[in-house]
Amino acid sequence: MAASTVGEAEMNSASRGAIAGAPLVLRILAECPVSKARACDMTLPHCTVNTPVFMPVGTQGTMKGVTAEQLENLGCQICLGNTYHLGMRPGPELIEKAKGLHGFMNWRRSLLTDSGGFQMVSLVELSQVTEEGVKFRSPYDNKEILLSPEQSIAIQNSLGSDIMMQLDDVVSSTVTGPRVEEAMRRSIRWLDRCIAANRNPESQNLFAIIQGGLNSELRHICLEEMTKRDVPGFAIGGLSGGEEKDDFWKMVTLSTDHLPREKPRYLMGVGYAVDLVVCVALGCDMFDCVFPTRTARFGSALVPWGSLQLKHKQYAKDFQPIDPECTCPTCRRHSRAYLHALLKCDTAALHHITIHNISYQLSLMQSVRQSIIDGCFPQFVRAFMDRMFPSREQYPRWAVDALASVGITLN
Amino acid sequence: MKLELRGLAPGTRLGVLAGLGRSGTRAMEVPGCLLYTHCGSVPHLTHDTLDALGRLPAVTQLPLATVAEHQEVLEAFREGAAKLAGLHDTVLFCSLQDPAAPCPAGYNTSKSVSLWSAAGRIELTVPKYVAMQAAVRPDWYQSLADGDAQPAGSSLKRVRRSVERTLTHLDECVLLHQKTAELVGAELFGVVEGADVREERVRSARETAKRPVGGFVLDGFQSGVMDQALRAQLIAAVTAELPRDKPRLVLGVGRPDQVLSCVEGGVDLFEGFFPFVATERGCALCFRFAMEPDPESAVQEQNGVTEDGGSSRTEDPEHQDLQQMTRFEMNLNDRRYRDDLRPLVVGCGCYCCRNHSRAYLHHLLVTKELLAGVLLMLHNVSHYSSFFSSVREALATDRLETLKSVVLGV
Ligand SMILES: [Zn+2]
Ligand SMILES: [Zn+2]
Repeated sequence: MAASTVGEAEMNSASRGAIAGAPLVLRILAECPVSKARACDMTLPHCTVNTPVFMPVGTQGTMKGVTAEQLENLGCQICLGNTYHLGMRPGPELIEKAKGLHGFMNWRRSLLTDSGGFQMVSLVELSQVTEEGVKFRSPYDNKEILLSPEQSIAIQNSLGSDIMMQLDDVVSSTVTGPRVEEAMRRSIRWLDRCIAANRNPESQNLFAIIQGGLNSELRHICLEEMTKRDVPGFAIGGLSGGEEKDDFWKMVTLSTDHLPREKPRYLMGVGYAVDLVVCVALGCDMFDCVFPTRTARFGSALVPWGSLQLKHKQYAKDFQPIDPECTCPTCRRHSRAYLHALLKCDTAALHHITIHNISYQLSLMQSVRQSIIDGCFPQFVRAFMDRMFPSREQYPRWAVDALASVGITLN
Repeated sequence: MKLELRGLAPGTRLGVLAGLGRSGTRAMEVPGCLLYTHCGSVPHLTHDTLDALGRLPAVTQLPLATVAEHQEVLEAFREGAAKLAGLHDTVLFCSLQDPAAPCPAGYNTSKSVSLWSAAGRIELTVPKYVAMQAAVRPDWYQSLADGDAQPAGSSLKRVRRSVERTLTHLDECVLLHQKTAELVGAELFGVVEGADVREERVRSARETAKRPVGGFVLDGFQSGVMDQALRAQLIAAVTAELPRDKPRLVLGVGRPDQVLSCVEGGVDLFEGFFPFVATERGCALCFRFAMEPDPESAVQEQNGVTEDGGSSRTEDPEHQDLQQMTRFEMNLNDRRYRDDLRPLVVGCGCYCCRNHSRAYLHHLLVTKELLAGVLLMLHNVSHYSSFFSSVREALATDRLETLKSVVLGV
């Protein structure tokens, strides 16, 4: 298969690692002596990824208006592609012919693809979940399509991503009752089907997704079952969907408590700066979110003290860069005033802000990582919170509690 | 600013515009095209993507229409539009209207000219116009002109009045220019009007040439306004009246066939908007301009670029609207590119062609992703500026006829 030829040399060297047969090596460089935070090097077929890592989302095989070269220059080592979108357009056959998603979008570094299940359930009306898979009507030609675990993996095999996600039975985190257990149990069965369907286990990693909603008991069962499987990594799923933050962090920390130390932990759909820092403290290694790139399209630039709405009139004559301490290409050349003016006449303004926002996320994670390596992560967290909020009274309660639960006190 | 021309066949001009910019250290080869911008930013491109283009034109064009609403900001900034836009090393030419946007006629009066900005119509008198230019602080700028008189339906009386008003505006601009500290060292270009009336064109050129201008802007020759034969005659009549040692810039001409015709008529500079309008309709420039039958163009023919490009067989109307596709482009929206893994133009060395396929561009257009505009713009600007290099080479080696037949595909 075309996809399996990608990065064979790297793969062979990677297969010496701890996870039997899988093309992934996780080297733990440092663990925070106080919290559960850790810094690792995760070697994948296309490159080594330094964790904790934020992965920008390139839904359609592109990162908004940012070229692959710009993304690489920003230091991005891994980004996401969406299986649902790419599977519909341009379709797996063409992407396979183009030497996988790497070849199609000309991205040399690592890629992670989701299973397509989440989009299907959230974007397509009248999707129907059965034991077989997710059934839905294509919004493009109205044909009935079944996305089974086998089908999801087949598409992801054609895409040739370094990390594939299992198809899981997604329920909203606010749903309660028997449906949550059903979805959790089905996700376990689907994991086994995904593992069996993987055509390229030697060049593509398949991650399991822990489900169980906001119910600790169900999460426990899911963790226990899934960790019995020999998968190279785990995602914490079913969160970040509008649940209370108090419920959210407790499920995260419960999951990391039971996940094996030697495998990467990916917290899906999390990307706000405070959430990232807290969840690193809770032991997560990988994160993804559309927020930084989506918010850029509305003229919102992320800064260590929150965000700037650059369309706002107050920036019309503000000749400072977005963040005077930021070293991204946008901040090195352009002022808030110029971006404010450009937002009115050209999409390049959005590209400038997208670049800054990606750079902000990546350098935040870089600083987090460095502080873990230097053994001063708790101090980093305190300084970060101090910068982000005007006063301690404004620290979100859940963040204070979550950090306290792993020994980082903020006062 | 000094125009150094090489001795050539009568009519045509090839040379270097030297001593440009306020520092007097920049130079630009002519015939050439300017770097087209919106508000000082090449559409779709950021500085790193722009750098991937390699050598950029020394002169950047800023249509006042795209920056007029920010006059107050520029006045607060005090260092000019180039610096505000992060253009640290360029010569800035500030023109009036945006060549890629519609400019409705019928709003000019004897005292004012209407400018069409994103925020709507702005009425400019000469003092207001010069004040705006003082805020922009360009290296070159055109004088305020009544470019309303268009051949279709313009009476002789209206054409004469346009020439008259434009000369009056110029005299007033010259006076104010000399009194404006921010414009010391900037060059004012006079505007030649006269629509399709030969005597008025000649009068406008002659009278403008008497004024202390740094160069000439030829207005009213926009694609779609008049046919090529008439444009060629009128341009020849105008340039015959202009001093040899000052640059001539034509507004609104971008199609390669029309560019070549203007070059023959003695035009030096062009607005670089054509790559942008092609990009906006999802098209890639793919016309040929290599004069040698080199391996690259042989490949181009093999993979059917000319055929894909809309072909030399079907004639496209010259009186077309700015938004319509020309035969110099290929439309990447077309389903035929869905699984075409070749670069846009085989042999092209631009970032887009080195890294991406037609199928990827088609996918980006179909999914309405912003990267489509970025990549098409990179290719189109690169293709277009290579075309201008080829024009200069053809002039230097006396092979303009050969180049014409390659470009026109005959
Ligand atoms: Zn920045
Ligand atoms: Zn190209």
